[in-house]
Amino acid sequence: MRKKPINEMKLDFASRSVNEGFARSAAAAFACQLDPTLDELADIKTAVSEAVTNAIIHGYRNQSGTVTLGGKMYEDGLLTFTVTDRGCGMENVHKAMEPLFTGAPNEERAGMGFVIMQSFMDKVTVSSKPGKGTRVTLQRRLRRRR
Amino acid sequence: MDGAVYQNGVLRVPVNGEIDHHGARVWRDELDELIRVHRPRELLLDLQGVAFMDSAGLGLLLGRYRHMCTLGGRLVLLHAPASCVKMLRLSGADRFIYLKEERKEESV
Ligand SMILES: Nc1ncnc2c1ncn2[C@@H]1O[C@H](COP(=O)(O)OP(=O)(O)O)[C@@H](O)[C@H]1O
Ligand SMILES: [Mg+2]
Repeated sequence: MRKKPINEMKLDFASRSVNEGFARSAAAAFACQLDPTLDELADIKTAVSEAVTNAIIHGYRNQSGTVTLGGKMYEDGLLTFTVTDRGCGMENVHKAMEPLFTGAPNEERAGMGFVIMQSFMDKVTVSSKPGKGTRVTLQRRLRRRR
Repeated sequence: MDGAVYQNGVLRVPVNGEIDHHGARVWRDELDELIRVHRPRELLLDLQGVAFMDSAGLGLLLGRYRHMCTLGGRLVLLHAPASCVKMLRLSGADRFIYLKEERKEESV
Protein backbone atom coordinates (compact mmCIF):
# COMPACT_ATOMS: atom_id res chain seq x y z
CA MET A 1 0.00 0.00 0.00
CA ARG A 2 1.08 3.49 -0.85
CA LYS A 3 1.74 5.94 1.98
CA LYS A 4 -0.77 8.64 2.81
CA PRO A 5 -0.69 11.69 0.53
CA ILE A 6 1.07 14.75 1.91
CA ASN A 7 -1.63 16.96 0.39
CA GLU A 8 -5.02 16.59 -1.28
CA MET A 9 -7.56 18.75 -3.08
CA LYS A 10 -10.97 18.37 -4.64
CA LEU A 11 -12.89 20.73 -6.90
CA ASP A 12 -16.42 20.53 -8.30
CA PHE A 13 -17.23 22.72 -11.26
CA ALA A 14 -19.93 23.09 -13.91
CA SER A 15 -19.41 21.30 -17.23
CA ARG A 16 -18.89 24.50 -19.19
CA SER A 17 -16.03 24.91 -21.66
CA VAL A 18 -14.79 28.11 -19.94
CA ASN A 19 -13.90 25.89 -16.96
CA GLU A 20 -11.30 23.94 -18.97
CA GLY A 21 -8.81 26.74 -18.34
CA PHE A 22 -9.86 27.04 -14.72
CA ALA A 23 -9.36 23.31 -14.07
CA ARG A 24 -5.88 23.01 -15.62
CA SER A 25 -4.72 26.19 -13.88
CA ALA A 26 -5.95 24.82 -10.54
CA ALA A 27 -4.13 21.53 -11.21
CA ALA A 28 -0.94 23.43 -12.06
CA ALA A 29 -1.20 25.61 -8.95
CA PHE A 30 -1.60 22.47 -6.82
CA ALA A 31 1.37 20.76 -8.52
CA CYS A 32 3.56 23.82 -7.90
CA GLN A 33 3.95 22.80 -4.24
CA LEU A 34 6.24 20.00 -5.49
CA ASP A 35 8.44 22.47 -7.35
CA PRO A 36 7.98 21.03 -10.87
CA THR A 37 9.96 22.09 -13.94
CA LEU A 38 8.19 24.24 -16.53
CA ASP A 39 8.05 21.23 -18.86
CA GLU A 40 6.48 19.05 -16.18
CA LEU A 41 3.92 21.74 -15.45
CA ALA A 42 3.09 22.14 -19.14
CA ASP A 43 2.60 18.36 -19.49
CA ILE A 44 0.29 18.24 -16.46
CA LYS A 45 -1.80 21.16 -17.73
CA THR A 46 -2.20 19.53 -21.13
CA ALA A 47 -3.18 16.12 -19.73
CA VAL A 48 -5.70 17.58 -17.25
CA SER A 49 -7.13 19.78 -20.00
CA GLU A 50 -7.68 16.71 -22.21
CA ALA A 51 -9.50 14.76 -19.48
CA VAL A 52 -11.65 17.72 -18.41
CA THR A 53 -12.57 18.61 -22.01
CA ASN A 54 -13.59 15.00 -22.62
CA ALA A 55 -15.82 15.04 -19.53
CA ILE A 56 -17.52 18.21 -20.75
CA ILE A 57 -17.99 17.48 -24.46
CA HIS A 58 -18.23 13.68 -24.51
CA GLY A 59 -19.35 12.74 -20.99
CA TYR A 60 -22.04 15.41 -20.69
CA ARG A 61 -22.34 16.11 -24.45
CA ASN A 62 -22.37 19.81 -23.61
CA GLN A 63 -25.38 19.37 -21.28
CA SER A 64 -25.10 20.69 -17.75
CA GLY A 65 -23.46 18.52 -15.15
CA THR A 66 -20.72 18.58 -12.56
CA VAL A 67 -17.09 17.62 -13.19
CA THR A 68 -14.88 16.73 -10.24
CA LEU A 69 -11.13 17.25 -10.27
CA GLY A 70 -9.20 15.59 -7.46
CA GLY A 71 -5.49 15.91 -6.78
CA LYS A 72 -3.10 14.10 -4.45
CA MET A 73 0.60 14.41 -3.91
CA TYR A 74 3.00 12.09 -2.13
CA GLU A 75 6.27 12.45 -0.31
CA ASP A 76 8.22 10.75 -3.13
CA GLY A 77 7.15 13.29 -5.77
CA LEU A 78 4.20 11.35 -7.16
CA LEU A 79 1.22 13.40 -8.31
CA THR A 80 -2.19 11.97 -9.17
CA PHE A 81 -5.21 13.72 -10.63
CA THR A 82 -8.66 12.24 -11.11
CA VAL A 83 -11.26 13.71 -13.43
CA THR A 84 -14.76 12.35 -12.84
CA ASP A 85 -18.03 12.92 -14.67
CA ARG A 86 -21.44 11.33 -14.18
CA GLY A 87 -22.25 11.54 -17.87
CA CYS A 88 -22.90 9.00 -20.62
CA GLY A 89 -19.89 6.74 -20.00
CA MET A 90 -18.23 4.51 -22.60
CA GLU A 91 -19.14 1.07 -23.97
CA ASN A 92 -15.61 0.27 -25.04
CA VAL A 93 -12.78 2.09 -23.29
CA HIS A 94 -10.07 0.25 -25.26
CA LYS A 95 -11.47 1.40 -28.55
CA ALA A 96 -11.94 4.98 -27.29
CA MET A 97 -8.27 5.11 -26.31
CA GLU A 98 -6.96 4.11 -29.75
CA PRO A 99 -5.06 6.84 -31.61
CA LEU A 100 -7.27 8.87 -33.94
CA PHE A 101 -10.49 7.35 -32.58
CA THR A 102 -13.11 10.01 -31.99
CA GLY A 103 -16.80 9.66 -31.25
CA ALA A 104 -17.36 13.21 -32.55
CA PRO A 105 -15.79 13.28 -36.05
CA ASN A 106 -17.64 16.36 -37.31
CA GLU A 107 -16.20 18.71 -34.68
CA GLU A 108 -12.54 18.79 -35.76
CA ARG A 109 -11.57 16.55 -32.87
CA ALA A 110 -8.10 15.11 -33.40
CA GLY A 111 -8.94 11.84 -31.61
CA MET A 112 -5.59 12.21 -29.84
CA GLY A 113 -6.72 13.11 -26.32
CA PHE A 114 -5.99 9.75 -24.68
CA VAL A 115 -2.75 9.32 -26.63
CA ILE A 116 -1.59 12.72 -25.40
CA MET A 117 -2.58 11.93 -21.80
CA GLN A 118 -0.63 8.66 -21.99
CA SER A 119 2.46 10.19 -23.50
CA PHE A 120 2.50 13.31 -21.29
CA MET A 121 1.91 11.38 -18.05
CA ASP A 122 3.48 8.19 -16.63
CA LYS A 123 0.23 6.29 -16.24
CA VAL A 124 -3.41 6.77 -17.25
CA THR A 125 -6.26 4.64 -15.89
CA VAL A 126 -9.82 4.88 -17.16
CA SER A 127 -12.89 3.36 -15.60
CA SER A 128 -16.23 3.94 -17.27
CA LYS A 129 -19.76 2.58 -17.23
CA PRO A 130 -22.36 3.35 -19.90
CA GLY A 131 -25.03 5.56 -18.42
CA LYS A 132 -23.06 6.09 -15.19
CA GLY A 133 -19.99 8.11 -16.09
CA THR A 134 -16.23 8.06 -16.39
CA ARG A 135 -13.23 8.48 -14.14
CA VAL A 136 -9.78 9.17 -15.56
CA THR A 137 -6.75 8.92 -13.27
CA LEU A 138 -3.52 10.59 -14.34
CA GLN A 139 -0.21 9.85 -12.61
CA ARG A 140 3.09 11.58 -12.94
CA ARG A 141 6.19 11.33 -10.81
CA LEU A 142 8.13 14.58 -10.73
CA ARG A 143 11.90 14.53 -10.88
CA ARG A 144 13.33 15.40 -7.51
CA ARG A 145 15.41 18.52 -7.75
CA ARG A 146 16.69 19.02 -4.25
CA MET B 1 -7.85 39.46 -37.16
CA ASP B 2 -5.33 41.81 -35.59
CA GLY B 3 -1.94 41.79 -37.24
CA ALA B 4 -2.66 39.46 -40.17
CA VAL B 5 -0.44 40.32 -43.17
CA TYR B 6 -0.82 39.07 -46.74
CA GLN B 7 2.19 39.43 -49.04
CA ASN B 8 3.41 37.53 -52.11
CA GLY B 9 1.01 34.64 -51.57
CA VAL B 10 1.92 34.23 -47.91
CA LEU B 11 -0.72 34.91 -45.28
CA ARG B 12 0.95 35.45 -41.93
CA VAL B 13 -1.26 35.42 -38.85
CA PRO B 14 -0.17 35.86 -35.22
CA VAL B 15 -2.09 33.39 -33.04
CA ASN B 16 -2.23 34.00 -29.31
CA GLY B 17 -3.90 32.96 -26.08
CA GLU B 18 -4.97 29.54 -24.84
CA ILE B 19 -5.92 27.19 -27.67
CA ASP B 20 -8.16 24.62 -26.00
CA HIS B 21 -11.61 23.39 -27.06
CA HIS B 22 -13.04 26.65 -25.70
CA GLY B 23 -10.56 28.90 -27.54
CA ALA B 24 -10.13 26.95 -30.79
CA ARG B 25 -13.61 27.67 -32.12
CA VAL B 26 -12.99 31.41 -32.50
CA TRP B 27 -9.66 30.83 -34.26
CA ARG B 28 -11.17 28.31 -36.65
CA ASP B 29 -13.72 30.84 -37.88
CA GLU B 30 -11.20 33.71 -38.05
CA LEU B 31 -8.59 31.70 -39.95
CA ASP B 32 -11.06 30.19 -42.39
CA GLU B 33 -12.42 33.64 -43.16
CA LEU B 34 -8.88 34.98 -43.79
CA ILE B 35 -8.04 32.00 -46.01
CA ARG B 36 -11.30 32.49 -47.93
CA VAL B 37 -10.55 36.18 -48.52
CA HIS B 38 -6.85 35.92 -49.46
CA ARG B 39 -6.59 32.38 -50.92
CA PRO B 40 -2.87 32.20 -49.99
CA ARG B 41 -0.44 29.53 -51.21
CA GLU B 42 1.07 29.50 -47.75
CA LEU B 43 -0.59 30.00 -44.37
CA LEU B 44 2.11 31.03 -41.89
CA LEU B 45 0.88 30.89 -38.30
CA ASP B 46 3.09 32.65 -35.76
CA LEU B 47 2.46 30.81 -32.48
CA GLN B 48 4.78 32.99 -30.37
CA GLY B 49 1.86 34.30 -28.33
CA VAL B 50 0.28 30.90 -27.65
CA ALA B 51 0.37 30.31 -23.89
CA PHE B 52 -1.29 26.90 -23.97
CA MET B 53 -2.36 24.29 -26.51
CA ASP B 54 -4.00 20.86 -26.22
CA SER B 55 -5.46 18.44 -28.77
CA ALA B 56 -8.13 20.99 -29.70
CA GLY B 57 -5.26 23.13 -30.96
CA LEU B 58 -3.94 20.13 -32.85
CA GLY B 59 -7.41 19.68 -34.37
CA LEU B 60 -7.39 23.35 -35.33
CA LEU B 61 -4.03 22.99 -37.11
CA LEU B 62 -5.05 19.77 -38.89
CA GLY B 63 -8.28 21.40 -40.05
CA ARG B 64 -6.45 24.46 -41.42
CA TYR B 65 -3.91 22.14 -43.09
CA ARG B 66 -6.79 20.42 -44.88
CA HIS B 67 -8.27 23.77 -45.85
CA MET B 68 -4.92 24.84 -47.34
CA CYS B 69 -4.72 21.51 -49.21
CA THR B 70 -7.96 22.26 -51.02
CA LEU B 71 -6.23 25.40 -52.34
CA GLY B 72 -3.05 23.51 -53.23
CA GLY B 73 -1.22 25.45 -50.52
CA ARG B 74 0.69 24.59 -47.38
CA LEU B 75 0.69 25.29 -43.66
CA VAL B 76 3.82 26.54 -41.87
CA LEU B 77 4.18 27.13 -38.11
CA LEU B 78 6.52 29.70 -36.67
CA HIS B 79 7.65 29.64 -33.01
CA ALA B 80 5.61 26.56 -32.14
CA PRO B 81 5.68 25.85 -28.39
CA ALA B 82 7.23 22.56 -27.25
CA SER B 83 3.86 21.00 -26.37
CA CYS B 84 2.63 21.75 -29.90
CA VAL B 85 5.69 20.13 -31.49
CA LYS B 86 5.25 17.07 -29.26
CA MET B 87 1.62 16.68 -30.32
CA LEU B 88 2.44 17.11 -34.01
CA ARG B 89 5.07 14.34 -33.72
CA LEU B 90 2.71 12.04 -31.79
CA SER B 91 0.06 12.36 -34.50
CA GLY B 92 2.56 12.17 -37.38
CA ALA B 93 1.38 15.57 -38.60
CA ASP B 94 4.95 16.91 -38.51
CA ARG B 95 5.40 15.09 -41.83
CA PHE B 96 3.13 17.53 -43.67
CA ILE B 97 2.89 20.61 -41.42
CA TYR B 98 6.13 22.57 -41.62
CA LEU B 99 7.91 23.95 -38.55
CA LYS B 100 10.15 27.03 -38.55
CA GLU B 101 12.16 28.35 -35.61
CA GLU B 102 10.67 26.25 -32.81
CA ARG B 103 10.33 27.99 -29.49
CA LYS B 104 12.93 27.06 -26.90
CA GLU B 105 11.24 27.70 -23.56
CA GLU B 106 7.87 26.24 -22.74
CA SER B 107 5.68 29.08 -21.55
CA VAL B 108 3.27 28.37 -18.73
N1 LIG C 1 -15.49 11.33 -20.27
C1 LIG C 1 -15.93 10.68 -21.37
N2 LIG C 1 -17.22 10.24 -21.45
C2 LIG C 1 -17.67 9.61 -22.55
N3 LIG C 1 -16.92 9.33 -23.65
C3 LIG C 1 -15.63 9.73 -23.63
C4 LIG C 1 -15.07 10.41 -22.51
N4 LIG C 1 -13.76 10.66 -22.77
C5 LIG C 1 -13.53 10.17 -24.00
N5 LIG C 1 -14.65 9.61 -24.54
C6 LIG C 1 -14.75 8.94 -25.86
O1 LIG C 1 -13.45 8.61 -26.30
C7 LIG C 1 -13.20 9.23 -27.57
C8 LIG C 1 -11.72 9.55 -27.74
O2 LIG C 1 -11.32 10.61 -26.85
P1 LIG C 1 -10.03 11.46 -27.23
O3 LIG C 1 -8.89 10.53 -27.42
O4 LIG C 1 -9.87 12.52 -26.20
O5 LIG C 1 -10.37 12.08 -28.64
P2 LIG C 1 -11.41 13.28 -29.00
O6 LIG C 1 -11.79 13.97 -27.73
O7 LIG C 1 -10.64 14.16 -29.92
O8 LIG C 1 -12.58 12.62 -29.67
C9 LIG C 1 -14.12 10.42 -27.60
O9 LIG C 1 -14.41 10.86 -28.90
C10 LIG C 1 -15.36 9.86 -26.90
O10 LIG C 1 -16.12 9.08 -27.81
MG1 LIG D 1 -10.52 14.53 -26.23
